[in-house]
Amino acid sequence: MVTGAASIVRPADVAGVVDAVRAAAVDGRTVAIQGAGTKTAWGGRLAAVDLVLSTTALTGVVAHEPGDRVVTVRSGTPLRELQETLAASGQRLSVESGYADATVGGVLAAGEAGPLRLRYGSGRDLLIGVEFVRADGVVAHSGGRVVKNVAGYDLGRLLCGSYGTVGVITTATFRLHPLPAAVAWVVAAGVRPDAFLPPGPSPGGSSPGGGSRPGPGGLTDAADASRPAAIAVLADLATLVPSAVEANLAGPEDAGELAVLVEGSPAGVTARARAVRTLLAHRLAGADVTVVTQPPAWWGRYPFAAGEVGLKLALPVSAVPAVLGRLRERFGPRLAVRGSLGSGVLYAGLPATVAAGVLAGALAEIRAGLAGTGGTCVVLTAPPSIRDGLDLWGEVAGLSLMRRLKAQFDPAGRFAAGRFVGGL
Amino acid sequence: MLIRALLGRSHGGMIDLMSATTATELARRLRAQLGASAVVTDEAERRTYECDGLAHYRTVPALVVLPESAEQVRTVVRACHEAGVPWVARGSGTGLSGGALPHPDGVLIVTSRMRRLLSIDLVNGRAVVEPGVINLAISRAVADHGFFYAPDPSSQSVCSIGGNVAENSGGAKCVKYGFTVHHVTGLELCTSEGELIRVGPWLAADAPGYDLTGLVVGSEGTLGIVTKVAVRLLRRPEQVTTLLAGFPSTAEAGAATSALVAAGLVPAAVEMMDALAISAAEQAVACRYPAGAGAVLIVELDGPAAEVAEEERIVRQVFADCGALEVRRAVDEAERAEIWKGRKAAFAAVGRISRNYIVQDGVIPRTSLASVLASIDELAGSAGIRVANVFHAGDGNLHPLVLYDETVPGELDAALSVSGAILDLCLEHGGSITGEHGVGVDKMAKMPRMFSADDLETMQWLRCAFDPPGLANPGKIFPTPRLCGEPPRPRSAATTPGSDQGIEIW
Repeated sequence: MVTGAASIVRPADVAGVVDAVRAAAVDGRTVAIQGAGTKTAWGGRLAAVDLVLSTTALTGVVAHEPGDRVVTVRSGTPLRELQETLAASGQRLSVESGYADATVGGVLAAGEAGPLRLRYGSGRDLLIGVEFVRADGVVAHSGGRVVKNVAGYDLGRLLCGSYGTVGVITTATFRLHPLPAAVAWVVAAGVRPDAFLPPGPSPGGSSPGGGSRPGPGGLTDAADASRPAAIAVLADLATLVPSAVEANLAGPEDAGELAVLVEGSPAGVTARARAVRTLLAHRLAGADVTVVTQPPAWWGRYPFAAGEVGLKLALPVSAVPAVLGRLRERFGPRLAVRGSLGSGVLYAGLPATVAAGVLAGALAEIRAGLAGTGGTCVVLTAPPSIRDGLDLWGEVAGLSLMRRLKAQFDPAGRFAAGRFVGGL
Repeated sequence: MLIRALLGRSHGGMIDLMSATTATELARRLRAQLGASAVVTDEAERRTYECDGLAHYRTVPALVVLPESAEQVRTVVRACHEAGVPWVARGSGTGLSGGALPHPDGVLIVTSRMRRLLSIDLVNGRAVVEPGVINLAISRAVADHGFFYAPDPSSQSVCSIGGNVAENSGGAKCVKYGFTVHHVTGLELCTSEGELIRVGPWLAADAPGYDLTGLVVGSEGTLGIVTKVAVRLLRRPEQVTTLLAGFPSTAEAGAATSALVAAGLVPAAVEMMDALAISAAEQAVACRYPAGAGAVLIVELDGPAAEVAEEERIVRQVFADCGALEVRRAVDEAERAEIWKGRKAAFAAVGRISRNYIVQDGVIPRTSLASVLASIDELAGSAGIRVANVFHAGDGNLHPLVLYDETVPGELDAALSVSGAILDLCLEHGGSITGEHGVGVDKMAKMPRMFSADDLETMQWLRCAFDPPGLANPGKIFPTPRLCGEPPRPRSAATTPGSDQGIEIW
């Protein structure tokens, strides 16, 4: 959170950003880059901020050629506005934010991705060109305006998910997709919690990473009957090519929900939604499965409100049951979980009253269980009293290289010092 | 000679040229650590590694080493670091931009002995493989379980995953499935200082911190050498339908391509060949494409059967509206192979109608297709040479084949000039100098046409963070390499050493 006496500058073009960053460099001032400010409470505690550089005046579509399915947009443009513009041409950017007001640049920098990530990836997968202002005030570009291009390093990959620690994204060029002619959500309500949890009497007893160990010959089979139903159904769904498979779980007494988004032609969607419905009804005994044309109210929303604790669990799908079991064991009815079950990326919400020590213990257990799988458990946001005593990120693979990247791109630590991994 | 001079200049001042004593000492040390069979010193044997798929550039490496494991790679890289010797990684040597061109005073690290599939995890949809594993071997290993690995460069039966990672390889189906970068979820990287680092989410989908995996993929071997690769496995589509349509000319085929985009379709592949390419393919493999067609389009649709049927209806309508002469359909593997036969043979087939040819690789916005094809025609006409067009129309990736006869005085120069002018056309239309072959040594000179001096300097900051001593594949991608730690250059026009052609000569 940016507070105190920081001054705010709101440049209306790239030249204005350059001026602001150069002036800050000359004066040795620190800079926090901010879009709509929807995620200022994410990440670690910022060191003292002298200047807030707001991108909210860097707005508008620079170029959109529907026939190329490419758009170039200024970073401060609200994602929602961009989608409205694109929709008029029957297209969309397949990137979503959990916040209605979020800007294009903010979504990229924070690495946000919504339900569509299952089929389309996240922002960095769709970003094909970027313009940004370096910490020394120089404008740099990488990529281009065509969907296929391997010339030069892809610096967009460095900026996406960088939490504003590398440079100020000023313009982004994306690959677009056609808006589907038809959509349907197949929603399974009243799913018993055990459909998401490890089999057996002791839900928290198994190792979170343990579900994916290869058998003889190094092969782990997809059709393992011992998997809980909500995980087993993912393998069945794959050939129906859902655009999203989302889960919603509240406290232990409440039943969970599973919702599958199907997109395509009217005839294709009708047939596929029916097939999905049959599969869910078969796998999730006792659930009430319906086909609807609107998403459930919780779709694409984080399970935590401002001021609460928010976790991001990026897991091997096979590790989901054990991690959920551990969290429920620790936090019981205070826990809410939502997210992209199909991608193994789930978000967990806990009230601000949770004890920091209990949270730290749970994080340590979950992270230990994920060792060697690449799965991570990150504290996205927490009240300062809880956040400041926690290891927000866990062990970060390649941190030594990340430190060198930061030292190369922002040697003075001007941008967002303290917010990112390893205190970068 | 030109290349040697270029490489010598590019690292001049950074690294002392490896003396014969250093090479001998390095070979002795590596033999002791890796075994005699892993180290190649014989000149005739080293010469077999003098080029990759772009045989126009040749350099014999000072030493060739064939490690068998990540630990052995680290041993080699550490030895090079201690001796201050540059090194170049090589997979199967099928690259088309000279990315694996050896360094005359350096070590060539060949990954062909690192071919283990380390694990396959179908629940999480991942395979972990060594870099020398052949692209197609992954799909073969999981085919019986109904899975596949999506990136399909045309060399997929011989090219290595490590090389695919270096070049961010694409293929015919990347219009729908994306490139290698979209299918690699983790890497074990050996940095030029000899540290093995695991990066990326591996079995998961996201990891906190900078996206090191995404930065390394496509970096053409200049940020380190990968020793393990975690890749995404996808479920094989329920239905695959391939359609072939003949059109009177590329104008109608181009209009059909635009109409497919306008109809909101995302086919798995949209490939086009013009009359000259068709005639070459007919002579080579008798593919029996529609008689009299001035262009053919191959459109492949895949996905749930219910969707593919609907998409096929739309594609057929588009073909009819755009004046298709004939449409054929394949739904099984044998029929599909028949349709793809001519397309897959096209590059080699051009050898039947021309003594020599250059394969170019450039990208244009899809909407510029018609005007760029017309301009290529004009360029060829005024230079008095022929250009055959074979390309990934779905994503605007052109592969013009510039035909010439080296025995006819002036033809090579004319071909080089047309080939270079085609890249200039791509840039004028807002495109790229390479869609999938990479920059390597071949297109370094064009980089300042596409990127400003500031852009190139910024890219080299990345290089300096990963490889401060500048030992990993030096002299590639960037026409004017910066020494790490050197103060920024004065902001003037960049100098461009070497050839300005950006070509591949067969």
